[in-house]
Amino acid sequence: MANSAVEIGITHASHDVSASFELGKIGMWVFLAGETMVFGGLMGVFILVGISHGGWGADGAHVNWRLGAINTFILYTSSLTAALAQGAARVQDSARAKRYLSATALLGVLFLVIKAFEYAGDYREGFTPLAALFWSFYYLMTGLHVLHLLAGIVVIFGLAFMVGPSTPASWFERKLKYVCLYWYFVETVWVFLFALVYLAPTAG
Amino acid sequence: MAETKPEAAPSTDAHEKMGFWRQYIFSIDHKVIGKQYLFLGLFMGYVGVFLSYVFRWQLAWPGTAVPFWGKVSAAQYYEVVTMHGTIMVFFVAMPVLLGAFGNFLIPLMVGARDMAFPRLNMASFWTIFVGSVLLLISFFVPGGGSHAGWTNYVPLSDAAKYLPGNYWGGNLWLIALAIDFASVLMGGINFLTTAIAMRAPGMTFWRMPLLVWQELAASVLFMLSVGPLIAGVVMLLFDRMVGTGFFLPEKGADPLLWQHLFWFFGHPEVYVVAMPGLGIVQEILPVFSRKPIFGYRMIVWSVVVAGILSFTVWAHHMFVSGMSPVLAEPFSVTTIAISIPFAVMLFAMIATLWRGQITFSTPMLFALGALANFLLGGVTGIPLGTNASDIYLHDTYFVIAHFHNTLVPTAVIGGFGGIYYWFPKMFGRMMNETLGKLHFAFTWVGFNMVFVPLFLIGLGGGQRRIYMSSVYTYYKPLQPLHVIATIGLLVIIAGQIPFLVNFFLSMFRGAKAGANPWHATTLEWATDSPPPHENFHTIPTVVRGPYEYSVPGMDQDWAPQAAAVEAGAVQG
Repeated sequence: MANSAVEIGITHASHDVSASFELGKIGMWVFLAGETMVFGGLMGVFILVGISHGGWGADGAHVNWRLGAINTFILYTSSLTAALAQGAARVQDSARAKRYLSATALLGVLFLVIKAFEYAGDYREGFTPLAALFWSFYYLMTGLHVLHLLAGIVVIFGLAFMVGPSTPASWFERKLKYVCLYWYFVETVWVFLFALVYLAPTAG
Repeated sequence: MAETKPEAAPSTDAHEKMGFWRQYIFSIDHKVIGKQYLFLGLFMGYVGVFLSYVFRWQLAWPGTAVPFWGKVSAAQYYEVVTMHGTIMVFFVAMPVLLGAFGNFLIPLMVGARDMAFPRLNMASFWTIFVGSVLLLISFFVPGGGSHAGWTNYVPLSDAAKYLPGNYWGGNLWLIALAIDFASVLMGGINFLTTAIAMRAPGMTFWRMPLLVWQELAASVLFMLSVGPLIAGVVMLLFDRMVGTGFFLPEKGADPLLWQHLFWFFGHPEVYVVAMPGLGIVQEILPVFSRKPIFGYRMIVWSVVVAGILSFTVWAHHMFVSGMSPVLAEPFSVTTIAISIPFAVMLFAMIATLWRGQITFSTPMLFALGALANFLLGGVTGIPLGTNASDIYLHDTYFVIAHFHNTLVPTAVIGGFGGIYYWFPKMFGRMMNETLGKLHFAFTWVGFNMVFVPLFLIGLGGGQRRIYMSSVYTYYKPLQPLHVIATIGLLVIIAGQIPFLVNFFLSMFRGAKAGANPWHATTLEWATDSPPPHENFHTIPTVVRGPYEYSVPGMDQDWAPQAAAVEAGAVQG
């Protein structure tokens, strides 16, 4: 028992050896790893079915790549405002961070509005989810992305709503980091979708 | 950065009085959630056993009335077969091995006060609870539960015309599965974050018990393999409910796609279930041999290698599906290769026993039984993984016997061993040894009585998924083996009575267990039985590895990982 006293001393000294780890950040990365496999699987399937189909041909030629390009630009911009929000939070300027954060969510809403017009246009031209295999994939993949974007917008508005003058700046900075991590992921997914679903079929 | 962690285990409300609902039903305590998972898994397990009783009776004595069920129609036969597989893999093995043992043990074993995200943990349990209820409801919708087999192959499971009348059964099957996946993903986020970020001081990765390693490996495998199948499940739901044709050949799609998606997940999934089961066995063996586990690091590396390889073997389930035979060859090679890390693990476990002071207590009996049958399961995988011999054995009872000899030893026999071993920690009381040994004898002997004959039926060419085997002449000589197998199942069922009596009586009447009744070393034994609200009175400091038994020069034959609490709690 000679060394027990020392060990008891250690026990009381600190029981948070893991202070250097951020739980939320690790949890978010693990979550995004799973999400990557959902979208990755879907895109892999889309590519392989496309190859065995001999390309998407005429079906794929009708996607509205102009609206898609505009939306890509909007989503990129929203990531910029998200990064600016993080920058503002880092220098403890919560009010500015909140404004950039709201701008991010509003750009997300704008994306959804344009997307709704795009869906309506496709639908009017007869390109429904049942029109062809390509359009089934189109609606499934972009629809799943829309749901993710919607969740992101709700969370961002929720966070912006929760932040007041009395909110600790470090708490806000941390939460902002997790939300932005998710937002960048959703944006990155869109870049891949834009290339796969809009550019590749129309170019082919 | 002096941060507070609002997501981490609450430490201020520890002494607040909690109402019944908060404490036992919507609890955020990982120990309560673990027990909830255990009860759910046990209940679903006995539902699954009852289903196997129905179809095994039909197989042994085709066309006769099954006691407590009646005559089995063809549709009912396929329903009970499908639901047996689905329930056992997704609603028993996963909730018990990941949900119950993972939840209960990971924070205790790494020295944390709770999971990283306790509310997410609660949500994960109630999610799988809803999924289980939906699956059970599907028995009672018009047309009954899904008839499409547990692998749910398209086009049979696709457009409604292929399985008329089974519309809602098939839909609920897919919905329940998606919910189950979501629940396990939530659990995995907690497992990984907790073990990475909330370890006690001194608990380095190389001091973590093997069960924690295996739970983490299982979580990673699940997370990286299930994504494409989640996409596939949604696609199939759209096919059935909206009328798309993602898998329908008449709409230009390829039905083999479902098989690829299912098995890309399905093969890692087998390890998701097997690895925690092996982890339980690896916790039990050193304790009852009073020896360190043999080759701790080799076992960890074997788990890692097996995990990586498990993503490269899936098409060995599809050798006769019509895929390219050229492609079959590399999948055979990877499949044979994956037996190497598992063989390393098996040899390490056997070497742990070598010259140990073995006590044949109930947990140890289950661990040894698991070891023996997992060996049989592993060896019979070789002829199935080799494409030439698989063409003969495919879709015979050999496959079923092989599969059950890999998963039942790990998930069921290993799982029961885990229940006997950690019951004192969970409920503070010991289980009865005599009843436990009776349970082991019936379960293990019964299990082999079922599946050794099934190997022989398969080698004799007996096809699986056949409702009325008596109409085939070639099946006649194999019929007596089916009778033996069904009697074996009745033996297993009889063996569950001592278990249930033991389990529920010991919870209230069992002998009081001290903190450390087995004289084990890992952290969960360094706290009270059952552990207090936040697990440890003071967070222990870890000073050594997890399996220090019979260290020369010590006055006791075990050296706990947490030396500081030695004087107090260990005198179990």
